[in-house]
Amino acid sequence: MDSNSNVYTFIYASVMVILVAAILSITAINLKPLQDKNIEVEKKKNILASVSIPATAENAEKLYAEKIVNSYIVNSKGEKVDGDAFVVDLKKERAKPVSEQNLPVFECEVDGSVKYILPLRGSGLWGPIWGYISLENDMNTVYGANFDHEGETPGLGAEISTDMFEVPFKGKKLFDQAGKFVSILVAKANESAPEQHKVDGISGGTITSKGLEKMLLDDLSAYEAFFNSKK
Amino acid sequence: MSDREPLFSKKNLNLLSDPMDNSNPITVQVLGICSALAVTAQLKPSVVMSISVMAVLGFANVIISLLRNGIPNRIRIIVQLVVIAALVILVDQVLKAFVYDVSRQLSVFVGLIITNCIIMGRLEAFALGNKPWPAFLDGVGNAAGYGVILIIVGFFRELLGAGTLYGYKIIPDSWYIVNGGFYENNGLMVLSPMALVAVGIIIWVQRSRNRQLIED
Repeated sequence: MDSNSNVYTFIYASVMVILVAAILSITAINLKPLQDKNIEVEKKKNILASVSIPATAENAEKLYAEKIVNSYIVNSKGEKVDGDAFVVDLKKERAKPVSEQNLPVFECEVDGSVKYILPLRGSGLWGPIWGYISLENDMNTVYGANFDHEGETPGLGAEISTDMFEVPFKGKKLFDQAGKFVSILVAKANESAPEQHKVDGISGGTITSKGLEKMLLDDLSAYEAFFNSKK
Repeated sequence: MSDREPLFSKKNLNLLSDPMDNSNPITVQVLGICSALAVTAQLKPSVVMSISVMAVLGFANVIISLLRNGIPNRIRIIVQLVVIAALVILVDQVLKAFVYDVSRQLSVFVGLIITNCIIMGRLEAFALGNKPWPAFLDGVGNAAGYGVILIIVGFFRELLGAGTLYGYKIIPDSWYIVNGGFYENNGLMVLSPMALVAVGIIIWVQRSRNRQLIED
């Protein structure tokens, strides 16, 4: 058959597309359970990382079961709501008005005292960024933080997931001395703020840094009533 | 004339070695510049990207070469694109399922391979007219030529921009001005314009060594 005829071209294109579609769907369906499992383990690893417990893919499940003593959902008034905190989809929650959002809280016991872990989700330069921040039981001092991203630029915005950026969060305060909620500023070199409310941003990663700052402000302010009820 | 050509004949070896030097895809053909700028801020993504491109380009060249006599001429670009995209998605899915950490490392780069001009360039220029084995060698050779430049640029950008290599500290902390030393990282190195300058310098060096490459 003439390989330049219209009929041949149509048949070739159709067969090829159907074949490729079939191969890709079969692969995707068969690998889905494995991928979902990886995502769940990754989430547990990230939650543990925010309280400085290093976990590997192998022991994350066991450590999570051991260390995370309690988890629940609150609303913006600080009242508990029914549901499983682990499966809350933050992407959907953030699309709702603050008063209707389900806000997950994880409690973790470290050296005999309880730390509160809160999930965060916002936007960087190229795509979503997310993370977990853990607070001391005074609901003011940051105990640790862990951030991650989908596709920020390596060497620039992607640095938010490195220790260099995350470690300085420890010890920062969310409330000022008058008890007003101020969140944490991710500062550029020319921005000044009281030392306890600011961490250094990333050179060349300003949009990611500022996205992260907005994520902290937006997401943590929703918990304000919850913080006050625990104080 | 019925003698079969040996697998590693001189001609075939040239397919591997030429792209490393006189027909380098980045410095001579000036293809694949986009990803060379995007991923070379650090050495590690440069290395991983090179390996991924090598896998995709090698296989895509072989597949297109096997299909070459049946592909309708008018839709050949579309066929090439479908093959590349399917391969890249397969690789991405497999990485996500079995080596999740590596897949997180690569993030958007795997998807970016689809748009790498070198891959389509090689399919169109070589695989469509050659047997599978030379096509495979050509794919691996070109990916290696691409990788060499990526790694050289990544090496200098990470060293001068962050004072590290592959994530390990190279410049001692005590050298830095903040610690009373004399040294400061060059912030410009981590931004993409410096990758273009670095590629430019490589092109300059290469052409002053080999004058045949200079166009009038």
